[in-house]
Amino acid sequence: MNEQQALTPLAAGGLLDRRAFLQRSLSFSVATLVSSEALATPENGREPWMEKPGAPFSNYGEPAAHERHVIRWTMGNDKALGNGVSWTPLQNLEGIFTPNGLHFERHHNGVPQIDPKQHKLLIHGLVNNSLVFTLEDLLRYPMHSCYCFLECGGNSNAAWHSEPIQTAVGYFHGMASCSEWTGIPLKLLLDEAQVKGRAKWLIVEGADASMMQVSIPLDKALDDCLLALYQNGERIRPENGYPMRLIVPGWEGVLNVKWVRRIHLAAQPVMARNETAKYTELLPSGKARQFTYVMEVKSLITQPSFGYKLPQPGIYQITGLAWSGRGKIAKVEVSADGGKTWLEAELQEPVLSKCFTRFRIPWQWQGQEAILQSRATDETGARQPAREHLLAARGQHGYFHYNAIVSWEISAQGEIKHVYA
Amino acid sequence: MCMPKLLLIVGLLWVTQAQAESKVPKLGKPAPKELIARWDYDVFPDGTGLPEGQGTVAQGKLVYQQACQSCHGVEGQGGSADELAGARHGLTDNPPDKTIGTYWPYATTLFDFTRRAMPLDRPGSLSNDQVYAVTAYLLYLNHIITADMQVSAKNLASIAMPNRDGFINVYAHEER
Repeated sequence: MNEQQALTPLAAGGLLDRRAFLQRSLSFSVATLVSSEALATPENGREPWMEKPGAPFSNYGEPAAHERHVIRWTMGNDKALGNGVSWTPLQNLEGIFTPNGLHFERHHNGVPQIDPKQHKLLIHGLVNNSLVFTLEDLLRYPMHSCYCFLECGGNSNAAWHSEPIQTAVGYFHGMASCSEWTGIPLKLLLDEAQVKGRAKWLIVEGADASMMQVSIPLDKALDDCLLALYQNGERIRPENGYPMRLIVPGWEGVLNVKWVRRIHLAAQPVMARNETAKYTELLPSGKARQFTYVMEVKSLITQPSFGYKLPQPGIYQITGLAWSGRGKIAKVEVSADGGKTWLEAELQEPVLSKCFTRFRIPWQWQGQEAILQSRATDETGARQPAREHLLAARGQHGYFHYNAIVSWEISAQGEIKHVYA
Repeated sequence: MCMPKLLLIVGLLWVTQAQAESKVPKLGKPAPKELIARWDYDVFPDGTGLPEGQGTVAQGKLVYQQACQSCHGVEGQGGSADELAGARHGLTDNPPDKTIGTYWPYATTLFDFTRRAMPLDRPGSLSNDQVYAVTAYLLYLNHIITADMQVSAKNLASIAMPNRDGFINVYAHEER
């Protein structure tokens, strides 16, 4: 492919061939910037931090001082500070894994300060052997890693509102994060307890002040659930379930019980508050969807997005995240004209099942008004719906499980607004 | 395939299986019955797990005023926390009113959740009788039981909630 071909838009609105960004021909227009900035360099060619020894070693590293604005936004109830959420700043992050300190949070009554020596895991109910495990015991079990996203069932709930919210993408879609979770396949522990034939459900409970509990089908527990002890290589942070949490790959966040201490094998679901009164989706008919476990295929553009201004016409790298609770992402298409035409984006390897997938596509903006959208399809063929289709199927009061296409409107001045398109 | 070869393969499979099992240290200790009894707070829709106890609507009103009202408001409305009663709309209205009376499918859930998680600032501080009583009061506020009723381990599971059949089990309908 020559330079001319690489820069010929393949879809209306200026989207370029996804392979173009890899080519040297696109590293243009940087030269003028460098030459003007070069004049600000000290005469001896050394910046101030090059003229004295640097800082000493640190026991636990922190982000650069200039990056301290990259934080979780927290939203709580003034009268109940531990009951609320914090959001992952997706707009500031790259790659697919979420730094541990920026993983989203949803707590029902605060973060318990657990003494790992006191913490125990109990498995009981319809089992031949009711068992208690200490953390020390569990650390000796065979472990494996699950690279998977976690998404709260209530993520993106502002998008059900009639007017599009104007805030950064992470602050209404950022109850989704992705980590390497390492721990013990739950099946090993259930096999040790010897589950009885009548058991169909696990009632899993956390050691927080709300003793939050949910029902999980036994089939899923035996298939791929993990009792996680590590997150991205280090022991799980307190706000993510220290010293142990359940990982239920691809299923809604509330099932991934943090601070887990009790697993009750039962023939029926317990019908907990958080699987009846909450985390159920009311339909226009007045009936509500219940046990809607799978987080369906979804994607969003993280850059450029709300809060960023395109400084001048030219080439921009559109990038974002896609994921599906049903498996791998098969493709992500991007539109720069509000969905009239679509072009397939590059999927960054590795593309893993039930994991964030990073997509990228270059875009030539010529100063025109534009609407950027992304649309993901997973390996089962499920495709992310348009907002109008999701609303037609679910009404406006479902609150949970919003996965429609996200639209960013670019003005002629390069300003970016969240719109419904 | 000749017999010795087959025996060898069967033997190898057996060894592999044994090795896989031997990787699991099996360190779980038998759980004492008292520990299970103390930890198990689960109350199922059929009433399994309900502890002994009872409470009346009148007793529950006092518990509510002392332990719940500061967040949930007078008679379950107008507080900073979830609305519990006093729905003015149904579930098909815009906006719908989701309260215990209009939305919650099981009375047992009310007992289970209140006992394990409420009040938010002092979870675990109510006795079982107090939880039965406040459950009775909330059912009364939602016009599900009358003012003279008592709620107990014996009758809670049989109290019919208006939205009992309001849910579609999506997981049960999924193709697997």
